[in-house]
Amino acid sequence: MKILLENLTKKFPERGRKARGEVTAVNNFSFEIPDGKLIGLLGPSGCGKSTALNLICGLETPTSGKIFFGDKDVTHLPPELRGIGMVFQNYALYPHLTVQQNILFPLENLKGKDRLSKEEMMNRALNAAKLVQIDQLMDRRPGELSGGQQQRVAIARALVKTPGVLLLDEPLSNLDARLRLQTREEIRKIQRATQVTTIFVTHDQDEAMSISDLIVVMKEGSVQQIGTPQEVYDNPSNLFVAKFLGTPPVNVFEGEVRDETLHIGEDAVLKAPGVSNQKVWAAIRPEGFLPDENGPFRCRLNRVEVMGRDVSILSAHTGCESSAIRSIISAEQIIDPDAETVCFSLKPGKVLLFRKDNEERIRLGGNPS
Amino acid sequence: MKKNNLKAWLYLLPALLFLIAFMVYPLMDVLVYSMEEGYNFASQTYYGVGTYNYSYVLHDPYFLQAVKNTFLLVVITVPVSTGLALLISAGLNSIKPLKELFQTIYFLPYVTNTLAVGLVFMILFQKTEYTNGLVNLILGLFGMAPIDFIDGPYWAKMLVLCTYTIWVVLPFKILVLTSALASVNPDFYKAAQVDGTSKFRVFTRITLPMISPMLFYLVITGFIGAFKAYSDAVALFGTNLNAAEMNTIVGYIYDMLYGNSGGFPSYASAAAIILFVIVLTITCINMLVSKNHVYYQ
Repeated sequence: MKILLENLTKKFPERGRKARGEVTAVNNFSFEIPDGKLIGLLGPSGCGKSTALNLICGLETPTSGKIFFGDKDVTHLPPELRGIGMVFQNYALYPHLTVQQNILFPLENLKGKDRLSKEEMMNRALNAAKLVQIDQLMDRRPGELSGGQQQRVAIARALVKTPGVLLLDEPLSNLDARLRLQTREEIRKIQRATQVTTIFVTHDQDEAMSISDLIVVMKEGSVQQIGTPQEVYDNPSNLFVAKFLGTPPVNVFEGEVRDETLHIGEDAVLKAPGVSNQKVWAAIRPEGFLPDENGPFRCRLNRVEVMGRDVSILSAHTGCESSAIRSIISAEQIIDPDAETVCFSLKPGKVLLFRKDNEERIRLGGNPS
Repeated sequence: MKKNNLKAWLYLLPALLFLIAFMVYPLMDVLVYSMEEGYNFASQTYYGVGTYNYSYVLHDPYFLQAVKNTFLLVVITVPVSTGLALLISAGLNSIKPLKELFQTIYFLPYVTNTLAVGLVFMILFQKTEYTNGLVNLILGLFGMAPIDFIDGPYWAKMLVLCTYTIWVVLPFKILVLTSALASVNPDFYKAAQVDGTSKFRVFTRITLPMISPMLFYLVITGFIGAFKAYSDAVALFGTNLNAAEMNTIVGYIYDMLYGNSGGFPSYASAAAIILFVIVLTITCINMLVSKNHVYYQ
């Protein structure tokens, strides 16, 4: 089902004794989520992504704005009438019920003409369980399952009513690293199989990048950028998005554009066609450095970390915001770890310029990266 | 390992000593007393060993009356008070404003003296030459004839005793249940809401199982407490409970020891052992029944 958000805003009264004002958790959200896609709501903690999810779910009512599922305005519908399935961060499985009873629970709530026969309910529950591969565990209690299995039960319970929209709140945060990788593939697979429009909330950019069709990057209640993972990574609309996406994170330098050339410190490192003279933030992705003896960008070499597939070079530069610049180069290139300085040339597409005042992106003229 | 065990026993020793001196030994002593026939307090002698004391107690109409009263009290007050407490705490838990104030008000009876409250109840229910009491006044509004609750028919007296007992035990139960309800993770309710669960079903399928350990604790302690009732009856009906037909088992034991007809530690011990067996049996039954209905996280 297609989801449309129109100027969606949610304000909470401020907590605390002296508090008078309001906190805007979700600020003027307007975007469309196409049918059958997997959307990642991404942002640091406290940016309002869970509130946004709760608004779509119906657990919270918006202060203003509208929500449409398909062509239907669901803004003031209670959650149970919206046709959604929700997976909570802690799964919220009923601990005193077996897996089967947990999955049956939503079906048993149906009343009147929607009520299914006992057999049909069992059938549906079994199908949902098979979809997430837990049909062997039907008689266990949640306490007897591993985190990953509990997660699947929660997904099965959310899917058993065949909802039009599936909402996942930090679905992977309670799993260990290895399981996280596995489970996110699993979620992707289930979403593909069911073709249900899915929104999931995460603060982990890796997670969002790896499985989403579209990423919505949020900061302090406002949408920063919407796009496919690659778009958002290659073409961030502001410095925040650039910093938030990518591991290792982007290296940020104070630079200056003079005569259509980017200077970092004293080094004239890159052509910047069509950019007027100004001070800028220059953000360089770790993979944007090419070791080059005659390269224009000279750094003090600190350390070389060999990681097998590639090599990570830690170096320092006076213009760099953080104390260490991390660059990743292919392992075939040999760097002398005892050298004092290391020189790089830069890949133009991996260098992003942002305005110093509002941190908005500066697009290079003639050479759209 | 051995050394560790020794240390553990050493830590346990003070508690064990007290338990043995003040619980195990007296318990054994009561058992011994209850088997000694024709025990004489003054000369500290007895004729023989046997079960005569039990037979005497079990054939004593006063004891049988006390057993009947106690059982009625237990059967009526435990379910009613627990149910009421559940209702009130569920109500308390669902309101936001003034929640703390109401919690305090409901807890006040707990810190009030039992005898003082008993006196208040007596005044509310008592019928004298001058007044019929407040309760009768209200009943009169509905066109009912005044009833003497304190000195009248058996059922009326039992009604007062049960009402009073329920009122006295309610605050503690409300306190325990409100905190139990508050500790249920709100995500369960959200999940249920998303799935369109009716309020009734949320309560029976989610809330009740979640607080079942606390509920079970209240039922067990409620049973034991009600079986040991005595001061409540005294507060309402005075010390001569046998005459008022309102004696309880503990009251009977007390009377046998120190009352007007007292001075029979053997009979008192036998009655005490019988009470012990009854409470033990009921608690065991409770445990067995609850095994399948109480969920521990």
